[in-house]
Amino acid sequence: MVPIHHFLFLGAALFTIGVIGVLTRKNILVILMSIELMMNAVNINLIAFAGHLGQTAGQIFAIFVITVAAAEAAVGLGIVIAMFKNKETMNINEIDLMKW
Amino acid sequence: MSVEVVLFYIFAAVAVVSAILLITRKNVVHSAVCLAATLLSVAGIFLTLHAEFLAGVQVIVYVGGILVLFVFVIMLISVEKTIHERQFGRGWMIGLIAALLLVSELGFVVWRGRDSLVLANPAAPAESPLGLTGNSQLVGEALYTNYLLPFEIASILLLVAIVGAVALAKRKTQAE
Repeated sequence: MVPIHHFLFLGAALFTIGVIGVLTRKNILVILMSIELMMNAVNINLIAFAGHLGQTAGQIFAIFVITVAAAEAAVGLGIVIAMFKNKETMNINEIDLMKW
Repeated sequence: MSVEVVLFYIFAAVAVVSAILLITRKNVVHSAVCLAATLLSVAGIFLTLHAEFLAGVQVIVYVGGILVLFVFVIMLISVEKTIHERQFGRGWMIGLIAALLLVSELGFVVWRGRDSLVLANPAAPAESPLGLTGNSQLVGEALYTNYLLPFEIASILLLVAIVGAVALAKRKTQAE
């Protein structure tokens, strides 16, 4: 049996890689993929605790996280398409219309 | 060491390495392939935790749905142009330092509290009121009894997301 803190370490590592991707990359598609990565890290933690405690509640919450991730990807990619139609770019530095 | 333990470490290594490749590759298509590897190994980790239903959902929804959506969007935009641009923003050093602080903090907290996470008496598998066994049955039973309202709210959320995505993608641009 794998000790539970190894799952938490894996979740923390994946979450941090996602944070690095969001903070440093300029391509908006890679940023959206990094957000999916962070949601996966959360799911690992939820399911690790669910398995550890013998409960199904953690798995239910993981299903809701997946639902939110799917909705977020659909809307986010819709925004990306609309953005690309207007500005012909994937670079977040060039999308500064609302920047003060 | 049992097979489960070995598989967990293999899947964890694949997940972390392909996640690092995801955020460092210049080509978005390569990033998408790395994301697929990460998602599939996370599904494998769910299997080692005996969450078989979630592993199936992970493969179907993430790899079969979200990732295909990403690939479609990549095909719609011009990848060639974006490869030659600068890939990292000016503040990448600050972001990296902040993220390393975050991971060291998370790692420290988990390492300090690792003994408190171990249960004195290992939990027995969840008891089903209907006498069901098996992961899918237990998840389905909980989803349609105790968590019925959140389930319906999630379905409303998906409906709103579909309508929103269609409305966003269909909007006329200034050029048209």
